[in-house]
Amino acid sequence: MLEGLLIGLQTAFSIQNLLMVVAGCLIGTFIGMLPGLGPMSIIAIMIPVAISMGDPSAALILLAGVYYGAIFGGSTSSILLNAPGVAGTVASSFDGYPMARQGKAGKALTIAAIASFAGGTLGAVLLMVFAPALSSVALLFHSAEYFALMVVGLSAIAAFAGSGQVAKAMIMTILGLIMATVGEGALFNLPRFTMGIMDLQSGFGFITLAMAMFALPEALFLVLKPKNLQGDDGEIKDLRITRAEARAIAPVIGRQSIQGFFIGVLPGAGATIASFLGYAIERNIAPKEEQEEFGKGSIKGLAAPETANNAACTGSFVPLLTLGIPGSGTTAILLGALIALNVTPGPRLMLDEPQIFWAVIMSMFIGNLVLLILNLPLIPYIAKVLSVPRNYLIPFILFFTLMGAYIGQNNATELLLLVGFGICATALKFADYPLAPLLIGFILGGMMEDNFSRSMQLYDGIAFIWERPMTLGLLVIAALLILLPSYRARRARARAAGVADGD
Amino acid sequence: MALDRWIALIMLGVCLAYGYAAWFTMDGSLPPFMQRNPIWPSTFPKVLSVLGIIATTIILLGFEKSEIKEADIDYRRLGEYHLGQALMLLALMVIYALCLRPVGFLISTTAFLVLGSFILGERKWHIMLPVALIATGSVWYLVQEVLGIYMRPLPGIFGG
Repeated sequence: MLEGLLIGLQTAFSIQNLLMVVAGCLIGTFIGMLPGLGPMSIIAIMIPVAISMGDPSAALILLAGVYYGAIFGGSTSSILLNAPGVAGTVASSFDGYPMARQGKAGKALTIAAIASFAGGTLGAVLLMVFAPALSSVALLFHSAEYFALMVVGLSAIAAFAGSGQVAKAMIMTILGLIMATVGEGALFNLPRFTMGIMDLQSGFGFITLAMAMFALPEALFLVLKPKNLQGDDGEIKDLRITRAEARAIAPVIGRQSIQGFFIGVLPGAGATIASFLGYAIERNIAPKEEQEEFGKGSIKGLAAPETANNAACTGSFVPLLTLGIPGSGTTAILLGALIALNVTPGPRLMLDEPQIFWAVIMSMFIGNLVLLILNLPLIPYIAKVLSVPRNYLIPFILFFTLMGAYIGQNNATELLLLVGFGICATALKFADYPLAPLLIGFILGGMMEDNFSRSMQLYDGIAFIWERPMTLGLLVIAALLILLPSYRARRARARAAGVADGD
Repeated sequence: MALDRWIALIMLGVCLAYGYAAWFTMDGSLPPFMQRNPIWPSTFPKVLSVLGIIATTIILLGFEKSEIKEADIDYRRLGEYHLGQALMLLALMVIYALCLRPVGFLISTTAFLVLGSFILGERKWHIMLPVALIATGSVWYLVQEVLGIYMRPLPGIFGG
């Protein structure tokens, strides 16, 4: 591990990579602050830049920096305007906005920055401990287990991501898998489902799909329903916190870093669930008189979700780096970027290319430090971005989505596909279908089919399902993940209906 | 019928068409040596089509009740939002996609940024034009010189 740390330090401390961290954090903070633009859109927009750099470590460092920056920026707009830019920072506005209304905006931002820093750093320490252990287990996996593991991942995402609507999330996952089969598969070299259209021969572009699923609908929502971006007075001062306040939030930060990290590791549960759960738990275990404070500007109520969402972001890197299976939309986009750079994340990553793995972990520490020292004094100025008029902002967002799709493929048909998919994605968003499962299904689809085919060929049929106990076990877990929530929801509904009838 | 069930109906159609292609049309063109393989190109799609049909039917027949949530935008009252602006921006994007190659990057992008602001109700030409020109120029410089991706800057007749 020490050796790995040194490799990571060496890679992460090159001038280029340090610049990447700083640039990523700044870009992420700026854009993440704009309400309606989440980390997924920003990373999707940044991918063409990252890919054309050619160096996978630098690209991953840049994108990871953008990711933390976006989460941090999202909490800034939650606190100052009560307009969360990212779903994961909604819980921060519960107590952050009341604090800002009481004239303590500076203090709230400082607490948010410190909590984020602590959550991210402790998360990175845990990642450093758990990822190598998990990846040594993962080395025992066979392609049959990989297939089963991907099924588990996808069903977990379907079970948790759709806010209780398992069937909807399942449709989206299956649609993503179906879209992944379009084009030429690596195993057969036969064009499938292209309908004779030459442009579909190589399949749908992953960047195009990512832009169409996240950036475009969010921009269209901003057009349809303008949000008021102007704050109350914009004056942010008094950034200091007292020693007593620091002592009050220290245990909260400790607990929430660990809890947030492990929630982030689970596929499907990400920063959003971690922050809401962290807030709820801290409110329940707080003393009676402090419970009254929650929702009215409690510093603990602000520190809890801020710590948890940053720790969860770090935690979501564990399945990506060790198993090569993304647990969230954001890590799915990162996986796509890595594959485009000819790096396959998975248990072999740590053996084959340790400098990438360790450089990313090191850059997490650096990135958190950069966010703390760069953003704390600069926040009053960065918050000025919120006063960019929407009339200029939206055309630029649309232009960058178009550019991202165009640069990736250098093909104007891709732009028409982008607009078409974007309209479909907006309609799906209206009907409350979750969009992240589609993209994760699309990215995992190719790998899943490859592993499935390989195990079919090894066992000359589907016998691998029952002849390998681990595969069978994983598939049973996957089935339970899908069936249990719907069964429980059904029973709860039946009971609720019965009570209503009785009354 | 609510929008989510209409979408499920469309998806069911997609799954049926996809399933038809996988079950009945794909295997015919399979070369003989591949037919002895335990897995065919159509195996995975066959599984997917069945799963897709099951999942869409669950939504379509209403086995899974969806709770009515306070959505960010209520699609039933779409006309009350800035629908015209959104549609015009989408049309602008399509026009941009069609013009990018023949007209060249610099002209079409400047026009896109200016018209985009115009559609959203901006009328300050003395700010709009410089902003669009500077942004277009710097993005073109970054893409062309820094990233090294060729983009035709001017219309073809000027030798761009």
